[in-house]
Amino acid sequence: MLKNAQPNIRDFFNKNNNLLQLIAITVLIFVVMSALNPVKFLRYYNFESIAFSFPELGLLSIAMMIAMLTGGIDLSVVGIANFTAIIAGKLFQATLVGKDLPPSVTLMYVVLGIVIVLVVGALAGMLNGFLITRVGITPILATMGTGQLFVGFSLVITGGPAIVGFPEMWSMIGNEKVLGVAVPCWIFFIVATATAYILNKTSFGIKLMLIGTNAKAAVYSGIDKNGIILKGYMLTGVLSAITGIIMSGRTNAAKSDYGSSYVLQAVLVAVLAGTNPAGGYGTVFGVFIAVIGLMFLSSGLMIMRFSNFLVDFIWGAFLLLIMVVNYYNNKRRAACK
Amino acid sequence: MNKTEDFISLEHVHKSFAGVHALNDLSLTIKKGEIHCLAGENGSGKSTLIKVISGIHAPSEGVIRIGDKRLKRLTPKQAIALGVQVIYQDFSLFANLTVAENLALNTNLAQNKKFVSWKNVYALAREAMAKLQIDIDLNKEVGSLPVAQKQLIAIARALMFNARLIIMDEPTTALTGKEVQVLFDIVRQIQKDGIAVLFVSHKMREMLDISERITVIRNGIKVAEGPTTDFDEKLLTYHMTGQEFTNEKYMLEVDAKETPRLEAHNYCGKGFQNINLCLHKKEVIGITGLLGSGRTELAKAFFGMQKDTKGQLLIDGKQVQLSSISEAIKNGIAYVPEDRLSEGLFLSQSIKRNILATTLDSGDSSFFIDKKGAAERATRMVAEIGIKTNNPENPVNTLSGGNQQKVVLGKWLLTNAKILILNGPTVGVDIGSKAEIHKRIRNIAQEGDLAVIMFSDDIHELVHNCNRIIIMHKGEFVDEIPARAAEENDINNRLKELV
Repeated sequence: MLKNAQPNIRDFFNKNNNLLQLIAITVLIFVVMSALNPVKFLRYYNFESIAFSFPELGLLSIAMMIAMLTGGIDLSVVGIANFTAIIAGKLFQATLVGKDLPPSVTLMYVVLGIVIVLVVGALAGMLNGFLITRVGITPILATMGTGQLFVGFSLVITGGPAIVGFPEMWSMIGNEKVLGVAVPCWIFFIVATATAYILNKTSFGIKLMLIGTNAKAAVYSGIDKNGIILKGYMLTGVLSAITGIIMSGRTNAAKSDYGSSYVLQAVLVAVLAGTNPAGGYGTVFGVFIAVIGLMFLSSGLMIMRFSNFLVDFIWGAFLLLIMVVNYYNNKRRAACK
Repeated sequence: MNKTEDFISLEHVHKSFAGVHALNDLSLTIKKGEIHCLAGENGSGKSTLIKVISGIHAPSEGVIRIGDKRLKRLTPKQAIALGVQVIYQDFSLFANLTVAENLALNTNLAQNKKFVSWKNVYALAREAMAKLQIDIDLNKEVGSLPVAQKQLIAIARALMFNARLIIMDEPTTALTGKEVQVLFDIVRQIQKDGIAVLFVSHKMREMLDISERITVIRNGIKVAEGPTTDFDEKLLTYHMTGQEFTNEKYMLEVDAKETPRLEAHNYCGKGFQNINLCLHKKEVIGITGLLGSGRTELAKAFFGMQKDTKGQLLIDGKQVQLSSISEAIKNGIAYVPEDRLSEGLFLSQSIKRNILATTLDSGDSSFFIDKKGAAERATRMVAEIGIKTNNPENPVNTLSGGNQQKVVLGKWLLTNAKILILNGPTVGVDIGSKAEIHKRIRNIAQEGDLAVIMFSDDIHELVHNCNRIIIMHKGEFVDEIPARAAEENDINNRLKELV
């Protein structure tokens, strides 16, 4: 019975149909944009600027995907990112600004800052997880509430304007290159690989997917549903916090309402990547391809001097188009069965 | 009503999907006002046949004859105009609307009314209920009603469309024995008005009980046809599966001196009380009872789903407190739930992941998966329990009901459980797989030294698989019958007396 256990190519295509389609679309965008702006689009500078800008949306989208795997959603990702960055900013203001400290001490504070950011991110995610699993608030409402809460905290801490004065080492995280590759890009690939590993190869990741597929059956299989979902939101919080580090590093500032349009974009990228919003299915690789595709699209449009508003419009239209195509594809495949 | 007149006749109908013959040269005649049974296992072509009659599928070849008309196909509209009504398993009711709305709105829509007259809605609904001589609160939301009442509403609604033929697709799947009787009474009542009923099922007892004629199909081919009196259970099974099954009882001599696997002394909880039970390894005991007898509550309590139970519970002579599912699993209890789809399976996930769901933490670390061990476990269990698939990475929803149930069973066998609790182990599973699952359960009990408790409505199943059967009523054990004395009719009668 198990003689044909080797997965064949046909199975692979069937299972990853949406992913292949996504790759094809991304390649198509690349080709079209190259043809329309042969000189400017293919310039090294363009790819460099993409490499610096995509990790933010990319990490937030992965965070969103994890929340969606459990059958939930996390609308507080950007709130967490800004809040954690502001806390780090406050730390540096209190310890470093105006003082002439040796680099080793500065480094120590930067590392401390990173640790604090990650811990705060995890705690913020834990709050989300607690509200969702123990109090029983629907994820969309719980995270919308905490998102507002974090914005509020941030406003109280900063009083409104952006916090500036991050140490140079901190900005290096957002602006330097290592071995010719942007640091944010490195961070993205390391974090994305680790997340993909956690989701597919660890007991926690598989339980997360099982819960997303059928929470009741998971409970009946002895899986600690609430504990796993809580950890899932903690992971989401940590990824948001990492985004916070990159954002504040790149702009050398932290503000309570920076990048608020990222929230819905992250939702859309996650869905575009083939994540099932009802839970149970999603891949990190899909999110990566989806983000890259969108980045090609928007940078190409920018080069052609489309207005910013029009770029937003085209993004929206593009996402809708993909979802409609997916819908008809899935329907056709279901009919074939 | 002249029962010799034909209502609809399919003649030499073929239907194929992508080269696969779903129906092959099939002829079927339904007479006016008869109760006809369409018998066949899952995948035999029953659903396709229903869809040809109701106009959803056009046959690739063959003729549909109605009266003097000979048609190539029916459209859904034609079928409804002819009075063909299908009641699907899910009833197609609107759960968040009231009974009255469910009954009346379709008629209102059909008449193309732009405004809702509530007086009219209630009048229509009352009329529909009166036809069936039933009484259900018209203002209740349909979603809050029990399955049996939903079904009655679906029937009442079908009757409002001047039905001449009502097709019921597996109508008894979610019903208890008593509810089935109510349904049968109603079917007979409908028949008196000259309405034919096509009863689609794979439950032998019920088919023999209700129908006047039976048509059996297997793999899209008609294999037998005739008046019900020509059939008995054995013959019907043979036609449906093409195999013969021997029914041997499970006899077992228990060594009373041995420490029992599970002991309960005055075990009480919500829905049951004063439960005394002594269960040895290798035993397969059956627990049955009417709806509300407390058996589901007891099953769930054994699986740690009731926090405050009183009395003593001992496993292998050691006292245990099963206050959570993880506690129960740790103590060696496995539970195959009642509803496979909603409680047992992760449908879109792979067979492998489903099987491993209970043992993800069995490696050295509770975070990293022992990849080799897991792959080995999954492969071994797929082979051991006989799941028919060519790739365990395929999603579980590509499997048939019987194979899906094996996945749920396999998931628990990997936990090295000591006590296996089966709640309705073969609900919705076809006869072939059913026999196979029963055989596995016996083997597991014998070879794995397991103690098995089978909670079931299916008395036939209990009589032929359990070494003793316990009847539960109002939360207590009221009767115990050893295998050698167990008779299906006798147990059914005892249950009837409890009503």
